[in-house]
Amino acid sequence: MEHATNANTFVANTERAHWHDQSLWFVRTKRDRMAQSLAEWEQLRAQASAIKGYTLAHLGELLEQFEREATARGAVVHWAETTEDHNRIVLELLQARGMTRVVKSKSMLTEECHLNPFLERHGVEVIDTDLGERIVQLRKEPPSHIVLPAIHIKKEEVGELFHEHLGTEQGATDPQYLTEAARQHLREKFLAAEAGLTGVNFAIAETGGIVVCTNEGNADLGVSLPKLHIACMGIEKLIPRLEDLGTFTRLLARSATGQPITTYTSHFHGPRDGGELHIILVDAGRSKIVGTKEFREALHCIRCGACMNTCPVYRRSGGHSYESTVPGPIGSVLGPLREPDKYHSLPFACSLCGSCTDVCPVKIPLHHQLLRFRRTLAETRKIPWTKRAGMKVMGWMFRRPWAYRWSGWLARRVMPWLPRFLVYNRLNPWGKQREMPEMPKRSFRELYQIERPK
Amino acid sequence: MSDAKQRILSRLAEFRRNDVELPTPLATPTVYDDRLAQFRSVLEMVGGQLIVTRDANETRQAIERLEVVRDARRVLSYCPDLMASAEGLDEIHDPHDLADVDVTVAPGEFGVAENGAVWVCDPAIMHRVSLFLSQHLVLVIASGELFNNMHEAYHHIGRVDSPFGGFISGPSKTADIEQSLVIGAHGARSLNVVLVDR
Repeated sequence: MEHATNANTFVANTERAHWHDQSLWFVRTKRDRMAQSLAEWEQLRAQASAIKGYTLAHLGELLEQFEREATARGAVVHWAETTEDHNRIVLELLQARGMTRVVKSKSMLTEECHLNPFLERHGVEVIDTDLGERIVQLRKEPPSHIVLPAIHIKKEEVGELFHEHLGTEQGATDPQYLTEAARQHLREKFLAAEAGLTGVNFAIAETGGIVVCTNEGNADLGVSLPKLHIACMGIEKLIPRLEDLGTFTRLLARSATGQPITTYTSHFHGPRDGGELHIILVDAGRSKIVGTKEFREALHCIRCGACMNTCPVYRRSGGHSYESTVPGPIGSVLGPLREPDKYHSLPFACSLCGSCTDVCPVKIPLHHQLLRFRRTLAETRKIPWTKRAGMKVMGWMFRRPWAYRWSGWLARRVMPWLPRFLVYNRLNPWGKQREMPEMPKRSFRELYQIERPK
Repeated sequence: MSDAKQRILSRLAEFRRNDVELPTPLATPTVYDDRLAQFRSVLEMVGGQLIVTRDANETRQAIERLEVVRDARRVLSYCPDLMASAEGLDEIHDPHDLADVDVTVAPGEFGVAENGAVWVCDPAIMHRVSLFLSQHLVLVIASGELFNNMHEAYHHIGRVDSPFGGFISGPSKTADIEQSLVIGAHGARSLNVVLVDR
């Protein structure tokens, strides 16, 4: 499916699309306030980008170091080359211990692996414990944002959903009341769980530890009650040293939600007394991206979501229109890197305004990558023939000054006389909600000839 | 070596680059003239409360005066010199038995001025789950130590010796329903930090 087609249903409800846009812009402004409170913000970004650059250049040896250190601290490290490998490892860990009840805190990786439906097919109950994730899980839909999974849902809808599933009062819409209901409901799940699954925000090669950041405390509850903690991470989540966390913990929450730090920033080094810690390192295409000069910086991503909050297209089209686990600008790079056939339309869901690149805390040149991708997709004929033909004609014209001058002259003369249906039709999607600019009497070149100082 | 590991590492070996180096630490991160004032203002912003005391005696009284402590039926304390626990911590073997704890009093190693966070770690906290499962949390920074920023904090931590360590900044919170901030998502509904300023 095309992003633009998917977005049709979202933009059809103007009021709601506007509300969505405003909600995210609110988060973006909070981020700005926090970023501006640090004089060294730009240095921090450069620092983070350089640390990630080093990590990717030395990823193999750092992963081995991480495995050594984590093992020395009593954790068990598993390697998964594909998302299927990952799911199988999780299931085997659970089945070997006869466990069927799992609580999970937010992990985009397990979304990418479609772990929940896989485990459910094998008789395992998986409960998402982040409030937003639980809401979308009960609605049987994927998250629409990586940090704010339920940003597209109104409180009235949450009220209805909780009335149906958690037995809250009909018509209740107070976020405080609804959150309290979820707290009670999930507390039961935490206490009954046999295993806790988490993602990983940062893994430290030097110490073999992992860091998990949440505001709700759900990850900590989920792994401190049951005996088994399974942590799932993409191999790019690594950082070399403990001290590097100084840089990343300052950037993550400020960029994500405009907080000075997440409420809970938990460091796990080995299992707790009498417990087990298993860490699954997942490749799923990442090591190949390390080898691409143009795109490897996409692996710097720390999943803060700042690029989504600022993106004019994301804000106005909603996360689901991307149909990919990670939506928005970074998702529009990661999606087609993994599956160009499926996600070919995403690099075009972009106005190339560059705002994503400006806010990215790890300096991924997002809009440059999106532009670069368009070329690759055009070369491999993954864009529709109408666009390809149009580009051919334009390319031909721009190489010939006379053709350019002539077509400009023609447009200025002819356009004003054309009936509306010839200008505003299916072939001109730009004109759907916009008027074409008024044709000037003279071109810039003609004006310059007249006005230029003699 | 597992096949998957072998294949991942051999691919990465192919893409290894020697010309990339680690950056030097940030030269001049923000510091604060009045770390305590900065710590207090951020802690309050993130929904926590700060009480400053001068010695153990004052700290004891401050904790006893807290409304959440006065109303509590079950208090768990990891600071035996400041607050008595009704039960022996050694007698608790299953973290699930802590489900009905109202208040946990625990030691914090130090605070961070820029973000109001307090570093907590085991073995000082025998049952780490109580930091999150307890309805209310009181953290006592007996050292009175405050660092300016996270660089200083990690420099101080230096190396990690225990399975769990964490920064806690304010009570548990969420804004997942229409971006409305709600305090008390899954973890503690309130956080009081008592800092002993010697």
